[in-house]
Amino acid sequence: MNRKIIAGLAATLACSAVLADDIRNYRAEAVAMMKRDFKAKGIATTDRLHEDGVQAICNRSGDNPPKDVAARLEKDQLEAIKYPADGKLMGDWKAGEKLAQSGRGMTWSDKAGVPGGGNCYNCHQISPTEMSFGTIGPSLYQFGKTRGNTPDMQKYVYGKIWNAKAFNLCSAMPRFGHVNALNEQQIKNLVALLLDPQSPVNSK
Amino acid sequence: MKQRLGMLLAAAALTASFAVHAQQPAKKAPPPAKAAAPANKSEVSKEFEKFREVLEEDNPAELFEAKGEDIWKNKKGPNGASMAQCDLGLGAGVVKGAYVHMPRYFADVGQVMDAERRVVHCMIKYLGYDEADIRKQPFSNVNKTPDHVSVITYVAAQSRNMKIAAPQRHPKEIEAYNIGKEIFAYRAGPYDFSCASCHGEDGKRIRTQDLPNLRKPGEAIRAYQGWPGYRMTGGFMLTQQWRMNDCFRQQRFPEPNYLSDSITALLAYMTVTANGQTYKGPGIKR
Repeated sequence: MNRKIIAGLAATLACSAVLADDIRNYRAEAVAMMKRDFKAKGIATTDRLHEDGVQAICNRSGDNPPKDVAARLEKDQLEAIKYPADGKLMGDWKAGEKLAQSGRGMTWSDKAGVPGGGNCYNCHQISPTEMSFGTIGPSLYQFGKTRGNTPDMQKYVYGKIWNAKAFNLCSAMPRFGHVNALNEQQIKNLVALLLDPQSPVNSK
Repeated sequence: MKQRLGMLLAAAALTASFAVHAQQPAKKAPPPAKAAAPANKSEVSKEFEKFREVLEEDNPAELFEAKGEDIWKNKKGPNGASMAQCDLGLGAGVVKGAYVHMPRYFADVGQVMDAERRVVHCMIKYLGYDEADIRKQPFSNVNKTPDHVSVITYVAAQSRNMKIAAPQRHPKEIEAYNIGKEIFAYRAGPYDFSCASCHGEDGKRIRTQDLPNLRKPGEAIRAYQGWPGYRMTGGFMLTQQWRMNDCFRQQRFPEPNYLSDSITALLAYMTVTANGQTYKGPGIKR
């Protein structure tokens, strides 16, 4: 009996050894290779190659994590959002529009300590006068017009810009506040761009 | 093992059927990538494409091509060796068609090399170019287009109108493809971006710039087509290695080393995906 079990175990082990050799973990090999091949340049340091928890789950699931895992991690991200101490969430939409135009920030050719741009038009339609807009994200034209600017809506938009992953774990959108790419005042200005009734986003 | 072989055969059959399919459309038929472009593509972008088509008939890249040809054919290294000894994969000194057959495995170095890496390897080995010098300025700028960029332009031009056929026979070639595929999908850095963040879906744009979905055969050609490219603003040549470098910059990653395994793997993935499509030769860029 024992011998049979041992023989069976041995066969299983031999089998899995063949499998291990055959089905390689190319993802792990790719990450190890990149850690060998990339070097720090300017503000872009090599620690950027390490995945954080959210990136790790998204990378391992092809951006399609199990629902319960996603819900748990989204909750963590949501709880870490820092809302302004003064309770004011809407800034100046004109400053927000300027910021939305800028695609700068966080590359190795950007300087340390210089506030980055919102990169918004790279992916979204926003103000109707700006025809050069990307389509990776949804159109935000008339965003406030259709949703209003209640305190809840302001809180949602502030939170979404601060950390989009709190609402959709593997969202394509960067976590601007979470990674200090945008500061509190900048995010307030972007909230105003989307929600202020005076903003061209909500015109007509 | 059997399963893997089956998958490989299936992949080979798929590639083969794709190659046949690619031969079918009439010569002037628009590439599928254009058909997939969004309807609201800006007028500026359309106009530029027309402009580019006209310019490509008489592309200043030819000047660099000529310089590269001169270096390839006439330059002798310190030991009297020339590029005639350089094997780009189709035999010593054979340039015709070599570009579209890389990245490939080279037994003499025991690794997979993309075209740029192989050309530079030969220039160091046979012509005595200094590797440190090349690494000091790997890419062109307004002041200088380095010699190796001209040679790459020449080598690329010698594959004009040929079908891309990066091999997937040697285990290291298969490994490079698979690792490249993972690098393409790997999200990291402050913006959580991967290559696929911009190049993983159909019909997307950044601002007015159309983004090819590089996971699809009909569109992967667009990462290959037009490189090396003559940049009109500045008047110099830029290569695929430069393009990968600048993509990682915009991805907010640290900088990949020039001619590194990671870039070769990424190029292997994208080139194999574009296999069967026709390379039109060095291109022109804004």
